[in-house]
Amino acid sequence: MKTFGRVHALRGANFAVNPGEVVALIGDNGAGKSCLVKCLSGVLQPDAGQILMDGQPVRIESPLSAMRMGIETVYQDLALADDLEASANLYLGREILKTGPLRLFGVLDRARMRSASTEAFADLGIELQDVRAPIVSLSGGQRQSVAVARSVVWASKVVLLDEPTAALGVVQRAHVLDVIRRVRDRGVAVVLISHNMPEVREVADRIEVLRLGERVARFRSADATLEQLVGAMTGALHQEEEQ
Amino acid sequence: MSAPSTTTGEVGTPPAPPAGTSPWVRLATANVLWILLILIGLVVAFTSIQPNFLQPFNIRSIFADQSYLIVLAIGETFVIVTAGIDLSIGGVLIFSGVIAGKVMLALYHGQSAVGATNASWPIIIIGVLAGLASGLAWGLLNGFLVAKAGVPPLIVTLGTLGMTIGGSYLLTGGTDLRGIPTRFTNLIGFGTVGGEIPYQVVIALVVAVACGLLLAYTRFGRYTYAIGSNAEAARRVGIGVDRHLLRVYALMGLLAGVAGCMNLAHYTTTTIAGHTADNLGAISAAVIGGTSLFGGRGTVAGTIIGVLIPATLASGFVIIGVNPYWQYVAVGVVLIGAVYLDQLRRRTRERN
Repeated sequence: MKTFGRVHALRGANFAVNPGEVVALIGDNGAGKSCLVKCLSGVLQPDAGQILMDGQPVRIESPLSAMRMGIETVYQDLALADDLEASANLYLGREILKTGPLRLFGVLDRARMRSASTEAFADLGIELQDVRAPIVSLSGGQRQSVAVARSVVWASKVVLLDEPTAALGVVQRAHVLDVIRRVRDRGVAVVLISHNMPEVREVADRIEVLRLGERVARFRSADATLEQLVGAMTGALHQEEEQ
Repeated sequence: MSAPSTTTGEVGTPPAPPAGTSPWVRLATANVLWILLILIGLVVAFTSIQPNFLQPFNIRSIFADQSYLIVLAIGETFVIVTAGIDLSIGGVLIFSGVIAGKVMLALYHGQSAVGATNASWPIIIIGVLAGLASGLAWGLLNGFLVAKAGVPPLIVTLGTLGMTIGGSYLLTGGTDLRGIPTRFTNLIGFGTVGGEIPYQVVIALVVAVACGLLLAYTRFGRYTYAIGSNAEAARRVGIGVDRHLLRVYALMGLLAGVAGCMNLAHYTTTTIAGHTADNLGAISAAVIGGTSLFGGRGTVAGTIIGVLIPATLASGFVIIGVNPYWQYVAVGVVLIGAVYLDQLRRRTRERN
């Protein structure tokens, strides 16, 4: 549960996600999706309720502690350093230093970071023409791919994606969805927030619907129809028991 | 990694060169190369009009007179790369010179009309250290107010500019300190290595190499670029943005202290009234050298060329007999041109 003053932004938003599974969180504006993700990524602290990880209750005190637990977040706004190259962004805050005496001066091992980045991008099906080119010179889809890659490369447990395809074209969107599937296949739990119903049904294994801070419905995405999803989001459809 | 690309191609590279670019293509698209070509063009032009321009004496004096500004402009480059600005550097320079001079005079017992001219090396060294410490302290104050108190850097450093200049007048009673130790002025001020390279230039060179490596090759440098590029992104991955900004402003303050001691030795006095426009000189140098006022981009090499272009114009105009005041006009044109190009490049990128 999360309250802002007298507003209950989240109340009873109970849901689970398993390794190797994509769970989509959908809901109308103000349903509490982003708030829930912020609680899970350590940006906000819930006022009540529990977060369990591998069955153990955990406290996620800051984005940094979330990262240490293996939880990574891809934010709505890209949050890349535009003037730095892709590998510098991938390793931002986790730079590899040269070994030996140069380490004392904090000298970066750029060659290692570049080759490891190229490999990591290739694993995710992302091809960059030039790993040394600054992010600002990449296309929107490539930038988003780098942003997603940066998170998933380090995520050992959970990846949270908040509207990762909102600003993308059709082809670029397909690329990002492909990256999401590859991440899932590695056994990482993926939580996807999206407004885009076809996209959600395409990539998610399970869909959880939030409305006014509550989880109001749950669907296996193969079973869900668009009408059901919209109905649950707007409150027209009530789902008493989980299907 | 191959040598030509790494010094210049790292961050100053304009929109993506085509795939699989060679280091040479990368170099050709780097900003620093173009600025260097402008500088070389100026030197060739002045020399063809008046061959005396390339006389060793002239070259040496250009470098010696600009050394302190190179040191300041390098510090300013770090600050601007973080998307900040430091207007206080001229004031901090004077204040540090005053502190260094005061300490030397106070430690030397012969408080006669000759001042501390005969003071020995230990006294000089303590004085210099006091000057450096004063610069560092002002830098820490700037950094603290910018990073922790959240006051915009323009305002913070405008405030400390006033405080340092006012403080210098208060400490000296408005008259420049005289009687600076001659051992100090003869060596650091006028001395040369092997009769060829002035110590002023050697100091600037050491600062340039150390800071150039720091910015281009270390984690410190990468965080500097990252913060100027997107401070929020840096914060999200756990970089101590506030702490890093504090360090960058502290480095700037320390370098202003170094420049203060160089200035004290070079002019054998504190030159209280002589440095109020240093901030403009250092900022123009950085900007002409390709540092973006929006942060995230800039190189030490570019900044050094950015110091040398106005200096070459000034010296060249004198030698070919043009009224030297044209220098200010020419530098103004170059400065506006440099920022215009930066804006243009940003707009092209955003359109993609």
